[in-house]
Amino acid sequence: MPIRTVTVASAVGLHARPAALLASAVNDSGLDVTVALPGGDPVDAGSILEVMTLGAAHGDTVTLAAEGDGADAVLDSLVELLSRDLDNE
Amino acid sequence: MATTHKVLHGIGVSAGTASGPVAAVHPAPGVDQDEPATTDAVAAGERVRAAMKSVADSLTQKAATAPDTSKPILEATAQLAGDRGLAKAVDKLLVTGVGITRAVADAVADYAQMLSALGGYMAERVTDLYDVRDRLICELRGVSAPGIPSLSTPTIIVAHDLAPAETATLSPDMVLGILTAAGGPTSHTAILAAQLGIPAVVQVRGIDTIEDGAIVALDGGVGEVILAPSPADIELLAERSRRRAAALAGSSGEGATRDGHRVALLANIGTADDAAKAATFDLEGSGLFRTEFLFLDRDTAPTLEEQTATYTSVFESFGKRRVVVRTLDAGADKPLSFADLGPEENPALGVRGLRLSMAREDLLDTQLAALAAAYEATGADVRVMAPMVATVEEAEWFAAKVRAVGLPVVGVMIEIPGAALRAEHMLAVVDFASIGTNDLSQYTMAADRMQGGLAELLSPWQPALLQLVKAACDGGRATGKHVGVCGEAGGDPVLALVLTGLGVSSLSMAPSKVNVVRAALRLHDFATCQQMAAYAVDARTAKDARVAVTAIVHPTLLDLL
Repeated sequence: MPIRTVTVASAVGLHARPAALLASAVNDSGLDVTVALPGGDPVDAGSILEVMTLGAAHGDTVTLAAEGDGADAVLDSLVELLSRDLDNE
Repeated sequence: MATTHKVLHGIGVSAGTASGPVAAVHPAPGVDQDEPATTDAVAAGERVRAAMKSVADSLTQKAATAPDTSKPILEATAQLAGDRGLAKAVDKLLVTGVGITRAVADAVADYAQMLSALGGYMAERVTDLYDVRDRLICELRGVSAPGIPSLSTPTIIVAHDLAPAETATLSPDMVLGILTAAGGPTSHTAILAAQLGIPAVVQVRGIDTIEDGAIVALDGGVGEVILAPSPADIELLAERSRRRAAALAGSSGEGATRDGHRVALLANIGTADDAAKAATFDLEGSGLFRTEFLFLDRDTAPTLEEQTATYTSVFESFGKRRVVVRTLDAGADKPLSFADLGPEENPALGVRGLRLSMAREDLLDTQLAALAAAYEATGADVRVMAPMVATVEEAEWFAAKVRAVGLPVVGVMIEIPGAALRAEHMLAVVDFASIGTNDLSQYTMAADRMQGGLAELLSPWQPALLQLVKAACDGGRATGKHVGVCGEAGGDPVLALVLTGLGVSSLSMAPSKVNVVRAALRLHDFATCQQMAAYAVDARTAKDARVAVTAIVHPTLLDLL
């Protein structure tokens, strides 16, 4: 299963707006994508509540995993998304 | 049927005048207590998803036409309403046989607890999540959407009663005024309305049957409500507002009587957000920081770190100005799920206030450690006081604990008649006292402050109450220690004069009331305040007390009432 790790660039971590953007991007992709903190259980990256309650802070490394057609391309775009400071755009 | 011209009277709890169309607030229906257990989890899950889609769609539709300020909030709430994590969490509960609205409420409660525990930005989303829950439950039960209707024009809100949480979310930009049929003058909703500076009248009988869109004028100072007001009525109210503004012009700086007798003017606050708002007002600090808001509506006690962060933020907001912190005051009307000591026959007289801290010392120890850490971090002027102190032994016990963690100033609240009578002995073991007039009034007159119908007994003009305030101030004089007032009475400009005359050295109130009280003090000499105090305490009845005092107030002050 394709996997990527990325450091959360958003200054406030995966809080309200960044979590909402991630969940929307995952839902738009139509794939099942999970996100996890190191050593933690993966949660549904398409759920804003699951992403927010993950509690990922600025500078945390998270692991994204996806399965299905185009999983690599989707993961690459999500990595690009989380590498930006989403709160200052 | 068109509303006809009519004047109604209630109790004005937040001064100011307003006129405009009304909108009714529907209470949230909550979980259906009679609903059947879930037998077909798949079908129930589909019903929940359909309700989620419908709620999300209606919020998205509202967002499309909303002003730019509220658009992002509505869009974010719409996304929460359609969240697939929430749908799956509900599914898990449905397969265990839980009823459909109960499953929604419990799933939301789990996420709300996790978000609260994260604090900061995340905790702020809990309100949105509860809004989603209420909308989903309405959709599932087939009733109209709850809560404050979304407002597109400035409106007067009408309700049977408003929950404090509903009041706290009102925007002073869109809400011209608040009218409730129930509610008392010292209910938390009345207090919050005054803090937000929204004119409000409570106890307006029959107002909750008025139709949406009817035009109403109100005066939150005198408690007058005019249905279908004439242009002359509206002009009269507006004229009162203008006279108030003129009388208030130039009210700034420290509180003092005309001849320079100092009375510190302070704000009552409940949250870090309140502190930030209150700090922008021209006032001398906070005379009552109610810390229980950190503890209510959650399943576990706030951690040392969470409390330290909140207290630090509050102290930083006020800079060098004083902050009087009241330690946890729970029990009675403010129960805690994680410190439930079992049902009580009579909770107002039970284990509440400091008594709860004595039963659950761990809660107080963590709170004091957090306050000490925040004090260390900021060097602020922090003073800590205990709620509901009845005896000198309790005061000694509390003072020893506060001093042991290195906090410099400790006091007690005087809310129990016994404490007022024995104030001199109380003050001998602490540094200051603060009179909570709302509870002192409830205990002096044996009248439940939550019962709007007992408002007359609870009038702060009751001579018995004022006599106890005098007893507390006499204790202050005998020991050379400060006695303040932090109940709502301190925010009434005429009573503020009486309290000053009795010997009170600080008045803490809703920040929006400070200007009027400052102007009232500036108009009178201390000797006049002492004369008013003597009239009020010697009066036969509450009404006589008010009449005797009002007869000698400066005429300019009458425009401010």
